[in-house]
Amino acid sequence: MKICLTAEGNTLESNVDSRFGRCKWFIIYDTKTDDFEALPNANAAGMGGVGIQNSTLMAEKNVEVVLTGNLGPNAANILQQAGIKAITGVTGKVKDAVERFKKGKLKVDSSTSPTVTPHFGMDKRGK
Amino acid sequence: MTITVASGKGGTGKTLIATSLALSLGERVQFLDCDVEEPNGYIFLKPEIKEHETVYLSKPKVKIDRCTFCGLCASSCLYNAIAVIKPVKKKVKGKVLFFYELCHSCGACSLVCPEKAIYEEPVEKGTIEKGTADGIFSFVQGRLRPSEANPVPIVKAVKKQIKPDEINIIDSSPGTSDPVVQSVKDADFCILVTEPTPFGLNDLMLAVEMSRKIEVPAGVIINRSDIGDNRIDEYCGKEKIPILLRIPFKRDIAVSYSRGIPLVSAYPEYREEFKKLFDHICRIVGEKT
Ligand code: SF4
Ligand code: SF4
Repeated sequence: MKICLTAEGNTLESNVDSRFGRCKWFIIYDTKTDDFEALPNANAAGMGGVGIQNSTLMAEKNVEVVLTGNLGPNAANILQQAGIKAITGVTGKVKDAVERFKKGKLKVDSSTSPTVTPHFGMDKRGK
Repeated sequence: MTITVASGKGGTGKTLIATSLALSLGERVQFLDCDVEEPNGYIFLKPEIKEHETVYLSKPKVKIDRCTFCGLCASSCLYNAIAVIKPVKKKVKGKVLFFYELCHSCGACSLVCPEKAIYEEPVEKGTIEKGTADGIFSFVQGRLRPSEANPVPIVKAVKKQIKPDEINIIDSSPGTSDPVVQSVKDADFCILVTEPTPFGLNDLMLAVEMSRKIEVPAGVIINRSDIGDNRIDEYCGKEKIPILLRIPFKRDIAVSYSRGIPLVSAYPEYREEFKKLFDHICRIVGEKT
């Protein structure tokens, strides 16, 4: 099964990035083969709707579960509609999160629901 | 000439000042209330509304049975307002989702869709009301429908009523968010109303930053100028922002405000002050052009 973690760097030693829309990297990990692919988040600095872009990317990459810190409402909505499960509140190193996931220690959110409001990960711009 | 009256935060007496400025300049003034979520200039100016205009924006929708899930609409949307979910056999139903709070009604998606699966539906966003009021030439206010989230299209619709040859006084909403930026943008000058308190200063700094970003010259009016400290003065001195007027706190001003009586009706001597202020602004704007 392919899972995707949001990460601050491009290795398994990196920490999980708490933001979904504006994370630095995506680590797409295959739990069967233990192979992974690191993708830079091209949308990290985008103006708005970045969670939307990233969610469709998850679907394109055939990811089945997303592991991250927080999920905005639009992203949560798309993931749910695309049949992708989400686990929020994930912290620590990517490799540890993968291990915990494999052992079934991380619980999938009951319904893929948002944990933060839109623009959560954005730099404050005097708003 | 267009002057926008703004303030970094609410409750600084912005509307009191905008309406008083309008009344002091009189005949040639058009007052435009761009605080479309809570227009309140009418309380002071008591206009007679003669025209109502509904503001529509088009909302893209999809005829899903025509859609091939090519994704072109989503990749053409500059505002990331569309998500195309491709169908997966027996598992996921294909969908095109629109996120209307991000949509700018630009029409690109319906244009690019090769299957003509996207159509546009007009939705009511709010109204523009036009009329006349005693002491000024004309009055315009916008009102956002309570169910709508984004005030910007209504602010833009109000701004379309600007008469370039006359004096336009715009009352913006408080803060420094998008609708405020929209109200200040394209104005010749921006008056920032503040109070001499630490919060007042902080919000003023944000407002100054905003006006600089959109390159509209700004000046400050200090309301309740005799309370608090002189940090606003120091800040304005350092940043070379003119202080145009100081209005000391008077209990009566607060009372007449709460009764919807304009400052210049309660204190006619302020008319001269506002006229001088206008001349001052004209000089500043003249120097810049
Ligand atoms: S462009 Fe048209 S056909 Fe393609 S995904 Fe969008 S709505 Fe469907
Ligand atoms: S109308 Fe423009 S902004 Fe709105 S969804 Fe279509 S392309 Fe995006």
